[in-house]
Amino acid sequence: MSTRTLAVWCPDWPVVAASAGAGLAIGLPVGVLAGGHVSACSAQARAEGVRKGMRRRDAQGRCPELIVFPDDPARDARLFEVVASAVEELAVGVEVVRPGLVAVPAKGPAGYLGSEEAAAERLVDHVAARAGVECQVGIADGLFAATLAAHRGLLVEPGASPDFLAPLGIWELTRLQDTEERNELVDLLRRLGLGTLGAFAAVPERDVATRFGADAVLAHRLARGAEKRPPSRRTPPPDLVVVERFDPPVDRVDAVAFAARGLAATLHGRLAAHGMACTRLSITATSEGGEERSRVWRSADPLTPAGIADRVRWQLDGWLRGGPGVRPSGGIDTLRIEPEEIVDGQVLQLHLWQAGNDDNSERAARAMVRVQSLLGPEAVATAVIEGGRGPGDQVRLVPWGDEREPRTDPERPWPAKLPAPSPSIVPATPIPVEVFDSKGKPVRVTDTHGFTGEPTAITVLGEPKAVLGWAGPWPVDEHWWVQPANRRSRMQVVIDDEEQQRALLLVARAGTWTVEGIYD
Amino acid sequence: MLPVGDGLTALFPHGGLRRGSTVVVRGSITVLLALLAEATTQGSWAAVVGMPELGMLAAAELGVVVERVAVVPRPGAEFGAVVAALLDGMDIVAVEPGAGLAPQLARRLSARARNRGSVLLSCSSWPAADLELTCGAATWSGLGLGHGHLTSRSLPVQAKGRGAAARPIRRDLTIADGTIGEQAPPQPTFIGTPFADLVESVGPVDPAAPAPVEVAG
Repeated sequence: MSTRTLAVWCPDWPVVAASAGAGLAIGLPVGVLAGGHVSACSAQARAEGVRKGMRRRDAQGRCPELIVFPDDPARDARLFEVVASAVEELAVGVEVVRPGLVAVPAKGPAGYLGSEEAAAERLVDHVAARAGVECQVGIADGLFAATLAAHRGLLVEPGASPDFLAPLGIWELTRLQDTEERNELVDLLRRLGLGTLGAFAAVPERDVATRFGADAVLAHRLARGAEKRPPSRRTPPPDLVVVERFDPPVDRVDAVAFAARGLAATLHGRLAAHGMACTRLSITATSEGGEERSRVWRSADPLTPAGIADRVRWQLDGWLRGGPGVRPSGGIDTLRIEPEEIVDGQVLQLHLWQAGNDDNSERAARAMVRVQSLLGPEAVATAVIEGGRGPGDQVRLVPWGDEREPRTDPERPWPAKLPAPSPSIVPATPIPVEVFDSKGKPVRVTDTHGFTGEPTAITVLGEPKAVLGWAGPWPVDEHWWVQPANRRSRMQVVIDDEEQQRALLLVARAGTWTVEGIYD
Repeated sequence: MLPVGDGLTALFPHGGLRRGSTVVVRGSITVLLALLAEATTQGSWAAVVGMPELGMLAAAELGVVVERVAVVPRPGAEFGAVVAALLDGMDIVAVEPGAGLAPQLARRLSARARNRGSVLLSCSSWPAADLELTCGAATWSGLGLGHGHLTSRSLPVQAKGRGAAARPIRRDLTIADGTIGEQAPPQPTFIGTPFADLVESVGPVDPAAPAPVEVAG
């Protein structure tokens, strides 16, 4: 039997947060964009035909006055702290599922306020009064059913959750876990003719387990109205708590965030050593005045080191930049992170899944996590090739465990992109050079992207070198409408370096030349 | 044995990167990257430690599968521990040890590689190396005076090591279009002054015996 759960859901939270952050009035068509696609939009925008997943251009075509904001999970989480603390004033055991959705056990507020209906009404009023945002409340058995009930503003009777879920569409399975894997599953089920949660629930669990993956078994449990996790939940051993004391106390978010990364890596390392991963995390901060703030975060997937660090950072950001009553009077003295619910790491080993399923990849993933525990989660990365023009623009290093999705498409035409081969060394700090023509005058790039003279020599770090061959300029006019100084020109040169040829990629920006790449 | 690209096999006495060995590649990052290409294509994992300026785009162009290459740009003081951990999990670990590498640490890491059956590649000298590839200066073609772009280069590589590799092997490699081949018969390179201009400037050339034009390099 699942616990009675009360879910408080703020519709279109990223939009509400973005508007509040920008000081916009309520009732404007607003959209939040992630990766060029609409990830959330306001009711007004929806009325104009804007939909989630739509491309920016399409959305603005439907609704020209659409105000767009970039996607920012940190902003969403920071502003949501007000809502979470408003709910906490009436109920205990608040868990933030994601910014926009909190869950509490329904028993407490229902008993305190008389009935579940009264509790729901009171919470809606209280959140509106305290945080100034609209929310909807749903009560049902289990988090999944409660979330769907909140979307509809319903109270589902105890034991009636399976009946409530049965007629709902199969795509509701992606509500709590909008991962690619889950979307693929939903798509597959729909093509198999299982259009509703009830139809999926009617398939025997054994058949689901033998035909689909581990995620499908979890989804099947949700569709049946059972608790998401199997009952064999493990109680974390006490040595997994990670505590950091700050001396002197810190009150700047970036300082705490830096510490959070280390704590997250430590915690993840300890969990991994037990073969476990964390799905519910409690973050407690104590200020120098002795005030204590605590919040529980819950995640559908086991948290990666980056996921833990993000949640700690968001939470501290919410506290330190919150209004009166939320912000502690002094700096933060002690930070404590405690895993509240853990699952066997094997259930969903994100790291390993990302790598692939063969032995090689599992070994490699373990080695990388080990290095992350030594140096921090950001220190190990894999490269993603993206679209762009310069050798540096086309590569992004993605910390291991984060999603490897190119932000820009390398297949699209990128005018002024240099042909292969690319330089094998891309200096981290540009090396200044001077370029001279045969008369010894510095070579500049004219406004029409020509050279003022033929380059015959360059000076690198004070040493003159003869130019044996050159080609260019390749003009790059990126974002010239934002910043005129972004006008750049590239040139390939082969120079005579002590009787040996050396090939360099030079770039001119605002009249000065630097080495952008070395073909070593 | 980990496979290497066709053009590189001749440099290795065993025809590829022998598991457990330590190989030094000096003088060309491109050759170092090229050694990763074939192995990662066939499913091996590789790591690159201590090279923050490595051009991963160049690696991708050489055929390296970049999603199977872990990059640890700045290992700092933990260099030894990081390389040791990566040798446990990766088939190839390429490192830039920096100046202050202690010989004991180098020997320990080489022993670890031998133990785990992985390959340690270093781009500067390493006390306990099994094989050293020394790349000479490249000769570029494709770039003229104000026209063209860099297309290919040829560079001499010498391989020398211990045991079976004691006799030095020299090869001239040509790197073009992301592939490495052994040097084709020498062609005139148009680096510098275009050929026609050059002929004019040196005067009439006896057509019966065209002298090889070597302008640079």
